Order: sequence, then structure tokens, then C-alpha cells
Amino acid sequence: MNNSKLETINYSLYYGNYRALKEINIKIPENKVTALIGPSGCGKSTFLRSFNRMNDLIAGVRTEGKVLIDGEDILKTDPVALRQNVGMVFQKPNPFPKSIFDNVAYGPRVTGLKDRQKLEEIVEQSLRSAALWDEVKDNLGKSGLDLSGGQQQRLCIARALAVEPTVILMDEPAASLDPIATLKIEDLIHELSVNYTIVIVTHNMQQAGRVSDYTAFFYTDETRTGQLVEFDETKTIFTNPHDRRTEDYITGRFG
Amino acid sequence: MSARMIADKTVKYILFASAIISIIIVLAIGFFIFRESIEAWTELGVGEILFRTVWRPGQDQYGILAMIVGSVSVTFGAILLGVPLALGCAIFLADIAPSAVQSVVRPAVQLLAGIPSVVYGLFGMVILVPLVRKINVPGNSGYGLLAASIVLAVMILPTIASVAEDAIRAVPENYRHGSLALGATKWQTITKVVLPAGKSGIIAGVILGVGRALGETMAMIMVIGNSVIVPKPLSGNPLTFFLSQARTLTGNIAVEINYATGVHESALFATGVVLFGLIMIVNASARSIIRGQKFIEKAN
Repeated sequence: MNNSKLETINYSLYYGNYRALKEINIKIPENKVTALIGPSGCGKSTFLRSFNRMNDLIAGVRTEGKVLIDGEDILKTDPVALRQNVGMVFQKPNPFPKSIFDNVAYGPRVTGLKDRQKLEEIVEQSLRSAALWDEVKDNLGKSGLDLSGGQQQRLCIARALAVEPTVILMDEPAASLDPIATLKIEDLIHELSVNYTIVIVTHNMQQAGRVSDYTAFFYTDETRTGQLVEFDETKTIFTNPHDRRTEDYITGRFG
Repeated sequence: MSARMIADKTVKYILFASAIISIIIVLAIGFFIFRESIEAWTELGVGEILFRTVWRPGQDQYGILAMIVGSVSVTFGAILLGVPLALGCAIFLADIAPSAVQSVVRPAVQLLAGIPSVVYGLFGMVILVPLVRKINVPGNSGYGLLAASIVLAVMILPTIASVAEDAIRAVPENYRHGSLALGATKWQTITKVVLPAGKSGIIAGVILGVGRALGETMAMIMVIGNSVIVPKPLSGNPLTFFLSQARTLTGNIAVEINYATGVHESALFATGVVLFGLIMIVNASARSIIRGQKFIEKAN
């Protein structure tokens, strides 16, 4: 396995008294795509949000153990700086009600960049990387909300790339898209994995198989506490899982 | 037809009648005010009323421009002072305060809406006017636009704050998360995403506040001084404009209607028509903006 970019050590998360995640240990490799799969309610999205401290926004959340990025404890980082390094793409495309240009330029602007020419370069570069440039280059002033769902999601990816993160978290990024738009997003994930560490939550087994290098299977029992059952290369998980529960889930016996 | 069906139909007609009655009342008020004002419009001419600044009932001069300027000035002052305060309240309540704090602050702000106008006037006369009088400018009586604007700012605060709070809450949570996930601070998220997205609702709140301010009467009479003059700076400093006395359209009617007869009385009704028109325009624009906002939310 390569260098691990993200790592958790005995990581548990509680909503009040309810334990949502239990003692998770994982090492997510750098510049690879890692898929988090598992049945609904197993805590995989919660786990994803642990890496950019978005769970901090929810009242009553408490954690134990450690989350490390490049070996550093993320609780010791400034969440604002952390989120510039760890971008996120949400399940439902959420472009701001602003122009395409202003959407992509948003991140660089909040960090204080004002130079118009530099912003233009970043916007073009980010839109190209998100495979959206050719479709929107003549309409950068158009509202991001006027784009199709698939285009909106790629705009959100461009927006995340513009901040120059090293990690991109994706929470079921294709869940609300049609099959063709989904395919485009999946191709994009492939291309991005050369330069970025990508962690993607997905409900779609085939998608996990298509896009990811590594797969983590989360499971929950009647206590509704999520735990990591198995983590390995995607082909191993799909062809030769070690745990019976993984096999049952993969083969569609539940979930 | 069964008894139940008849009851159902009857209720429908009663409700329909109630709706019709309220429309008739509005139309009737508009109609009678206008009818009473016809004498003034025809005898004096529209221009003589709207564009003259001299109001001398004894000499049959009934220009209301000074009062229009008075009403607009004090409303402007109230908006200048009240909007930042109301917006601050709204942002605090919608996005910052924990729910325990909200449950104390929100009723307190709303309570301001329940205080009778005359009590605001008393507060203004007893507390604000003497304070304003301490500003050392010749001709400053304490009564005038500044004291009136402060009182009015507090009076429109709950209207603007509650409409703006609703507008801010209506901004989808995923905009906030999108912004925070890009490394924006909470304050950047509020100013660069939340407020622009809720802009039309906030503007509608401000316009409703303007409508309320234009219509306020009693408190204005008590603190604005009521001199029929076009307000102007008392000294070389343009800010002393706000130390000038003034009279509002509403105050003009309330102060003089008891003893007015003939054309004088009709001219007061003409003042009412102008006020009615102003407030209708203001409220209609607020409604169209709110409707536009709802439309945008649906489109999302």
C-alpha cells in the first residue's frame, strides 16, 4: 500500500449518547480513490464528514480517537484551513445562486485573492479539470442554477478544485443524476485520482467497482452503531472478501 | 341535498362574504377619502397642493410639499438607523444564537411591536428630545428629525427583523454547507452567500418597514416638532439637517382635522390621498418582491 493520506485511530463518534461510529481504524492511501460502501445508516457519510470536520457544525457531536491528515491530528488544525485542503462534493448539487464564474471563484476569493486575471486562470483551469469548460466557456456569467443537474455537480467539483485541495470527499455525488451524467462524473473521478486523494461514499455497488481502487465496507447491527468490517483493494473486496457480511452485502443478500 | 352539504355550502358563502367585506371596506375608505378631497383638488389644482411648500390655511394656501419632504426624510432617517439594527437582529436570530438565546431574544424583539405608539412618543419626548437638545447648534430645540428617526427606527425594527429572519432561514442549508466546506468562515458565509441569497426577502422586509414608517402618526407628532417647514440644515454642517423640525403627512392631518372646515378640511383629505397612494405603492412593491422570492425558492 502507498503512503496513507488520511488515517483514523480508534475513532468513535457520538450524537449525544448515541454512538454512531465505533472504533474505526483505517489508512486511506494517497492519490487513490477509496469507496465507502455499506447499508443505509451505517455511518459512512458521517465518517466522510469527519475528514473535513463538517460534523463540528452539528450540535451534540463528540468524538474519541484520532483522525490524521498527513500524519497530523485534524483536531489541532484550524477547520477553515483544513477545509481548504479537504474539499467536499455533496449528494445534491449545491451551486450558489451566483454566476458560474463567481461559483468557481468563491473559494479563492474567500481566501483573499482579488487579482482578476489570476481568478480567471483559476476558474478556467478548475472548469477544465472538472470537464465542464467546453460546455460553459461562453456563458460564464450565467447562473449556476441554470445548468443541468450533472453540469451543476461538475460545477461543484470545479468549485472544490479551485481551492487547490489535496483531498476531495464525495458524498454520493451521482445519487441525484441520470445514468449519462453519472458516467461523466465517474470518468472525472478517474481522471482526478491522478492528483487527488478521493474518498467517495456510494450506495451503488457497481459504481464502487468502477471508480475505486480501494473499498471500505461499513456495517451496522441492531445497535445502529456503524463499524468498519473490511478494507482492502476493491478487486479483493469484490472477488474474494474475507468477511462473511461483506460477501453477503456484495452479492446482494441484504442492504 | 343533505343537511351536511348545506352546512358545507353555507360556511363557504360566509367565508367568501368575509373576504368580500374586507375588500369593500378598503375600497370604501379609499373612495370616501378621495371624494372628500375632490374639492381641494379642483379648487386649488393638483400642482398647488403637491408642489407648493406653503401651508397657510388662514390664507387658503395648501401646499403639502413640506410634509411630503418631512415624511420622506424621517422615514429615510429611520431606515438608515433601523435597517442595520434589524438586520443584525435577524442574522443573530437566524444563524448565530443558540436556541435558548433565541427563545429570549425573539419575543423581546417582537414585544417592541406591541408597545403603543403613544408610549414611544412619550419615551421620545421625555428621554430623547432632551438628549438631542444637548447638541449645541443654534436653533436646535431637540424636537425634530433626529429624535423622530430614532423613535421610528425602533418602531420598525420588529417588522424588518422578523421578515428578514424568515428570509434568512429560507436560504437552503446546503448553501451554507457548500460555503463552509470551501474553507469560508461563518461570517464570510453569511455575507457572501446567505444574505445575497435571501436578498429579495430582506428588501421586502425593509419596504414593509418603510410603509409602517410612512403611516406612523402619534409618536411623530410628539417628537418631530410639527413646524410646517421644508427641513434644512441649521448650520453649515449638512448633518444638522436632522436637527431641523418637520411635519409629516400623517401629523398634518391629525393636528388640524379637529377644527378644519371647507377647503382646509378637503386639503387634509387630499393629504390623506397622497399618503394612501404612497403606502399602497410601497406595499405593492414589497408584495411583488416577496412573490418573486417564493418563485425562486420553488425553482430550486
